[in-house]
Amino acid sequence: MFATALIVFRETLEAALFVGIMAAATRGLEGRSRWLTAGVLIGISGALALAAGAEHISALADGVGQDLVNASILMVALVMLTWHCVWISNQGAQAAAQTRALGASFKQGQRAPWALMTVVALSVLREGAETVLFVAGYASGAGSTGAIAGALAGVLSGSAAGAIIYLGLSRIPVQRMFSVTNVLILLLAASIASQLARALSQAGLVNLWGQPLWDTSSLLRVDSPVGTLAHALVGYEAQPTGLQLAFYALALLTIISGSRWVQRIQASRRIRVPVQARASA
Amino acid sequence: MTRNQLTFSFLAGLLISTFLLATSASAAAEPEVLLILKNHRFEPTEIKVPAGQRVKLVVHNQDSTAEEFESHDLNREKIIPPGAKATIFIGPLKQGRYSFAGEYNEATAKGVVIAE
Repeated sequence: MFATALIVFRETLEAALFVGIMAAATRGLEGRSRWLTAGVLIGISGALALAAGAEHISALADGVGQDLVNASILMVALVMLTWHCVWISNQGAQAAAQTRALGASFKQGQRAPWALMTVVALSVLREGAETVLFVAGYASGAGSTGAIAGALAGVLSGSAAGAIIYLGLSRIPVQRMFSVTNVLILLLAASIASQLARALSQAGLVNLWGQPLWDTSSLLRVDSPVGTLAHALVGYEAQPTGLQLAFYALALLTIISGSRWVQRIQASRRIRVPVQARASA
Repeated sequence: MTRNQLTFSFLAGLLISTFLLATSASAAAEPEVLLILKNHRFEPTEIKVPAGQRVKLVVHNQDSTAEEFESHDLNREKIIPPGAKATIFIGPLKQGRYSFAGEYNEATAKGVVIAE
């Protein structure tokens, strides 16, 4: 039962941290619990459907169907997160800087919930499908009570980790908290990019830079508690391949330079408006 | 959804499909190795593959439970549903030993890839 709990905990952790960070990032947004709950529920239904079709999907495309599904999920999540970081969060930041009010910071970002709901759903979907597949096999037959109890304990402790990061972030003063959540979301996006690189190599779609660049497993193993947390939060890998590192760096670069660009455009707009107003007065 | 989001989703979809079409045509003939999982054990437990070349690993899960093929050394992890055959491309590898395991049954499901 303990082994089951541990495996389910590991699968749940990533999605739970993701949801916790998203919940903090949308503080003050009207109706956000509804959006988040909808995202989680859609993710869970999708996970059940994906697990039910797993055997069929696995056989597709000469045995790499599952990697293709994973890569597609990761790609959509990456696009949505990039869009959120570059566009929405900067609009929020601009409004917050002007009004110094939390509620108003989302007035211009009313379109945000779609993107956030989608990434939450996709995150739950991907991790959830693996959990369902794992638990389903052991929940029938001998020892099923232990397996189900273990799975429940795993899901609960994983979700608790998500709640802890949310509560921790909520203690930070509002103005600073959004810069913290922005950095966390940036790293989550880069981590998704690195996972995407692995899915593409694993499926044989990309045959480039597949060698590990270094090995830090003697310092921090990915399957150790700290390593697991670092993997879930910032995409830590003990033996990252060149392709993973390139994807990770590219995601960071795209989002940071995109953000700067949007901020510059908005800053120039802010300067222009008062000048025109003065001229017409 | 706003127009912006629709455009984004459309572009993402387009990107994925072109990518898949472009790459699916270029399936090279790499060495293929069959790995069978039965009673939570891999068979064979030692796989010899050529170094410096990509290898197609086909894992056939003959158990009634799912298993996750996991190898930190090979930088791979993949769920294999009960009864399913899944393909995992590995390498090109340098000469050496690369251990792998079934994450759900780590005590018994173990093996090693030897690249030479």
